[in-house]
Amino acid sequence: MTPTAPTIQPAPPSGASAGEPAPMLRLEGIRKHFQRKPDILRRALIRAGMARPPQVVHAVDSVDLSIRKGEVVGLVGESGCGKSTLGRIVAGILPQSGGRIAFNGRDMAKMTRREYQAAQLDIQMVFQNPFASLNPRIKIADAIAEAPAYHGLIEGDRNAFVDEQLLRVGIDPSYKNRFAHQFSGGQRQRIAIARALSVDPAFIVCDEAVAALDVSIQAQVLNLFMDLKERLDLTYLFISHDLGVIEHISDRAAIMYLGRIVEEAPTEDVFRAPNHPYTQALLEEVPRIDTSRRKFHAIRGELPSPLAPPPGCHFHPRCPHAFDRCRAEAPRLREIAPGRRSACHLNDRG
Amino acid sequence: MNAPAPQAAADDVVLDVRDLKTCFPTPGGRVMAVDGVSIRLRRGRILGLVGESGSGKSVLGLSIMRLLAEPGFIAGGEIRYGDMNLAAVPDEAMRSLRGKRLAMIFQDPMMTLNPVLRIETQMVEAILAHEDVSREEARRRSRDALGQVGIPSPEERLRAYPHQFSGGMRQRVSMAIALLHRPDVIIADEPTTALDVTIQSQILSEVQSLVERFHTALIWITHDLSVVSRLADDIAVMYAGRIVELGAVDNVVNRPSHPYTAGLINSLPSRNRRGSRLQQIPGMTPNLLNLPQGCAFRTRCGRADDACIREPALLEGPTSFRRCFHPLEGSLEGPLEGPLEGVDA
Repeated sequence: MTPTAPTIQPAPPSGASAGEPAPMLRLEGIRKHFQRKPDILRRALIRAGMARPPQVVHAVDSVDLSIRKGEVVGLVGESGCGKSTLGRIVAGILPQSGGRIAFNGRDMAKMTRREYQAAQLDIQMVFQNPFASLNPRIKIADAIAEAPAYHGLIEGDRNAFVDEQLLRVGIDPSYKNRFAHQFSGGQRQRIAIARALSVDPAFIVCDEAVAALDVSIQAQVLNLFMDLKERLDLTYLFISHDLGVIEHISDRAAIMYLGRIVEEAPTEDVFRAPNHPYTQALLEEVPRIDTSRRKFHAIRGELPSPLAPPPGCHFHPRCPHAFDRCRAEAPRLREIAPGRRSACHLNDRG
Repeated sequence: MNAPAPQAAADDVVLDVRDLKTCFPTPGGRVMAVDGVSIRLRRGRILGLVGESGSGKSVLGLSIMRLLAEPGFIAGGEIRYGDMNLAAVPDEAMRSLRGKRLAMIFQDPMMTLNPVLRIETQMVEAILAHEDVSREEARRRSRDALGQVGIPSPEERLRAYPHQFSGGMRQRVSMAIALLHRPDVIIADEPTTALDVTIQSQILSEVQSLVERFHTALIWITHDLSVVSRLADDIAVMYAGRIVELGAVDNVVNRPSHPYTAGLINSLPSRNRRGSRLQQIPGMTPNLLNLPQGCAFRTRCGRADDACIREPALLEGPTSFRRCFHPLEGSLEGPLEGPLEGVDA
């Protein structure tokens, strides 16, 4: 299925039935391709037909997703499935190769510079590794105050502003003149959260934001995310490979496999009755703290290389139910029940 | 099955670690990364060694293998293997045991594999280092070993370089190398942490059947209780260099006695009602240079009182051995509803 020319339709896609407000964020046919830029010699060789054009990785392949205000949408998938790339596109760090993003009902490509900047400030990101995401050479007070000061968002005293930001995430403000390395992993992630929140965003992309933390600290930071959402009326795109975390925190879950969303539904439905065979397999594999089932039943095969994804449904080589159509035709992500979407040909078989 | 490890029949015990202490002198003072750990490993059994970063779980594994990096050293205790004390044998003797009788699997398989040598070269070398067999024989055994850990077309894969394997396959290769000599003991340090769930699951099922088949004693070091809850026979929970709870997996997971174990289990999202606040352990993982006096968990523990200023001993309780003056008895405290039971039963 090749993405057709994008047409903006007034009807909201996925999940939202009539009468509901427009989604806060709407992704339509988002694609992202990566390819190595050939050097001058190689370009000449390619033109002369003496070398093959560089391979293209379709990291994100026609993704539609909408997120309503106040919602937590969990994005799950294994490494290389494109979930972080999608998160970075949403956060404005990476430009998409195709497709459009509408924020608060407005197409971001058609915004004026001012509007675009405001939208960018409204969408912030918290990264996985708080050891890498904080500049080791600047004090945390400066890390937190830099962006809001630049954008003229600090009213009154800068010190008081920083104190307030730190208190909000549970860090003692008297530590504000320390450097990142003087904090533990959990504290650093709190600081990274404070930095993201310092520009008063409405939407946060959390990319594996608790994955690098110790188990006992993970719960603290997840609780903080949930508290902040209530207090500040935030909306999250919560990216994680950890199904337990997604199940706990998100209202809806989207499961990605090799650049495509294969299933998207209210979290409870996904975990109670997964529709897509990949989701089913994934849920089956998750190590749960459970001593009753002693045997592991692994699904077959490896994750295919995104450089050469299998034709048709990307999952068919590992799927126990695959039939001829799966090898030829990529299934469309379509509604299988109100609010539930799945991309599997089995749903057409009845 | 239900008897905690230290009570096992002596004939089954392959490795007996007694009161092991590992010390790292640092500019800030001496750090006891492992502080008086005693564990027994038995043939064909898997011990899950669980702890957070800095708990000493990896240092314990490295100490047993005598692979400690300078300036760390074993400061006390014994590692009984057969009639030897591995804590005291000369380096030369240790080298002949390492890789043959005791093997290690690391989190990052690239630590085991040399990136510029073919898998074949590395595996054959590992065999010839310990045994006087022909190259052909060594090659045949290498190929079989790759097959055993579930690598397809082992004959071709022998010729490949490590970078030509995926992460999961690389970890299988390092497992195959660890298994080459059918060691008595394998220490696996977070071997699936870097892998995806579906791949992790494949490796775990492979490990389970291999341990069963070869009667190897396995230590599986991890921060993830969920992984070992289905894999291990026994669980040891480490905190600040000490074992705080040790027992059969069913007991430790379903009826934890130590407040830290209970806290770890209760803080898992799957143990909490969806969307509710997670039960959390307050505070931070402690700095080993600056441990609280007495019980190291005292400052984060809801049950601590004046008694905890003294150091508790690892004592036998009804379900497990635990190092606590105020252990939890019976079942887990707090709410346990949620998706845990029922979902995939």
